[in-house]
Amino acid sequence: MKSLYRFGTAALALALLAACASPPPANTLTITGAGATFPYPLYSKWFYEYSNSHPGVNFNYQSIGSGGGIRQITAGTVDFGASDAPMTDEEMAKLPGPILHLPMTIGAVTVVYNLAGVGGGLKLAPEVLAGIYLGKIAKWNDSRIAALNPGLRLPGADIVVAERSDGSGTTDIFTNYLSTVSPEWRAKVGRGKSIRWPVGLGGKGNEGVAGLVRQTPGAIGYVELAYAEQNRMPTAALKNRDGAFVLPSIASTTAAAAGAAKTMPADFRVSLVDAPGRDSYPICGMTWLLVYRDQKDPAKGKALVAFLKWAIRDGQKIGPTLDYAPLPAAVADKVDEALKQVNFLGKRIY
Amino acid sequence: MSGRARAAENPRDVAFEKATAAFAFGVLALALLLLALLVRESLPSLRKFGAAFLVSRDWDPVGGRFGALPFICGTLVSSFIAVVIAVPLGVASAVFINEFAPGWLKTPVSFFAELLAAIPSVIYGLWGIFVLVPVLRDWFMRPAASLLGWIPLFRGPVYGPSVLAAGVLLSIMIVPFILSVSREVLATIPQVQKEAVLSLGGTRWEMIRIVIGQHCIPGIFGATVIGLGRALGETMAVTMVIGNRPDIVLSLFSPGYSMAAVIANEFAEATGDLYLSSLVEIGLVLFLLTFVVNLAAKLVLRTMVARASRGI
Repeated sequence: MKSLYRFGTAALALALLAACASPPPANTLTITGAGATFPYPLYSKWFYEYSNSHPGVNFNYQSIGSGGGIRQITAGTVDFGASDAPMTDEEMAKLPGPILHLPMTIGAVTVVYNLAGVGGGLKLAPEVLAGIYLGKIAKWNDSRIAALNPGLRLPGADIVVAERSDGSGTTDIFTNYLSTVSPEWRAKVGRGKSIRWPVGLGGKGNEGVAGLVRQTPGAIGYVELAYAEQNRMPTAALKNRDGAFVLPSIASTTAAAAGAAKTMPADFRVSLVDAPGRDSYPICGMTWLLVYRDQKDPAKGKALVAFLKWAIRDGQKIGPTLDYAPLPAAVADKVDEALKQVNFLGKRIY
Repeated sequence: MSGRARAAENPRDVAFEKATAAFAFGVLALALLLLALLVRESLPSLRKFGAAFLVSRDWDPVGGRFGALPFICGTLVSSFIAVVIAVPLGVASAVFINEFAPGWLKTPVSFFAELLAAIPSVIYGLWGIFVLVPVLRDWFMRPAASLLGWIPLFRGPVYGPSVLAAGVLLSIMIVPFILSVSREVLATIPQVQKEAVLSLGGTRWEMIRIVIGQHCIPGIFGATVIGLGRALGETMAVTMVIGNRPDIVLSLFSPGYSMAAVIANEFAEATGDLYLSSLVEIGLVLFLLTFVVNLAAKLVLRTMVARASRGI
């Protein structure tokens, strides 16, 4: 009786193990990728939808962070990488072959705040935001903030600055913006996924920053658009390059990419911050898939290109349902053109 | 020796002995390999910064300058606060449960206290953000800063997330360890000794003071070290409430950073060899720090035990 029981337990354990590690059915092609966490919800939805409508192709994506994605694709352990920041020239020098940066979607970074008595409607200008993050503007009723917000009753409280403590593409976009609009920021701090902040408290992840902002009266912080929308946090309208105050939204994010489309370089390694255009939200960034131009496996290369063609057309319609801004048509056309470079032994796959 | 001689006679015993030895050395090898890997991976940073890494306050990933001092300070100070709060709490609860609590109260109190050890640290972290930090900020830090702000330890400004908040959270997390080890230690006191003190006309307090003073100090010290070890390495809960700011400020109310927290925060997105190896070197420093703390504790414990046994 006892041994039977033990046998049952062992069998159950084995069955559980098997269920956890069930391999894909035979003759299914599995394409592996790794990288950015920011677009992960969108990518996993894409993979699910695409695998459903295209049986025989499966995806395995690990959201280990942009830095990890770049390391993995450099080592060639995955079929594609994903990153929120374009690879630097230094990183590209380590690659075994030429790589394509293919923009997939656009993210916006919103400025959120916690001000008792001020429900919403805060407006900020680039130099004021930089001043707050440099620690030079320390009170909410500072004349430089008040001048932008004549209608608001700003309290005399201290501004508590919140930032991401973990390395992240969100921080990279945000500090890229501050470096672009403030020469002082560029000289003293610079841009990066992790930086040495002049002032403020660090929270881990979007949820950590949001937690700090919510729990601390007088706090200001930055989180991804999707995070602010889903948690209904008040966001600041920012003055863009054309002088208009723009609230973060999917439309104003796509507008920023459309504004930058004309001057977009062929390798797409471009920043969208402080983009021209009246409706452009100024703190945006693209997120890229990293794909080798010269594919090593014809079957995988073919499946990957077919998926990418789908992602920049049909896939874009899924974006807004998950709070990701779709690529403007002009940019999608350019990506489509770039996909024609992908080849196997010199033969075009497209 | 005789055990060995007997084991040699029976081949199954020999095999068993060899197997256990293999596992024991496996554990040792694992620790050494870990150390070797940490050293190898931190070589670029070791070469570039040398000993200055330990005393530099600069942590600037953009400029490529790295120093570990703010993280070392944050780890040590928050763990120290935790121990200072948790030891009296844990030992006193252990004394109550073992010596005073009526039978029906013993089991539930000790059960729930020890249940605290089973809560995942991320849950502690969330509770810290949403409950502990606002309560500490509004009911302790703000009043303390305005009344005692002239003492550098209590100087404002008060944000909430701080070294103090991390220490208090850690103290709650290590109380169950100190409590349960202290209870084990108290349980080893021979009943005869307790009765002897009582029969000489001692009060309960005197009994506890004398018997614990004689018997249990080494054990309680050991419990403290276990708690300290846990506090030094705690990552998730600390990073959620410490404020993640690599500064060294005397005030307990100012935000800080810990070694484990900076590794957890920055490793995934660290690019560049020097940056990565500096993070690994922080891991190496943490490894060595924990090692040294435990070694020192073992030595102190040995002298204590020797002294205690001589005293009886």
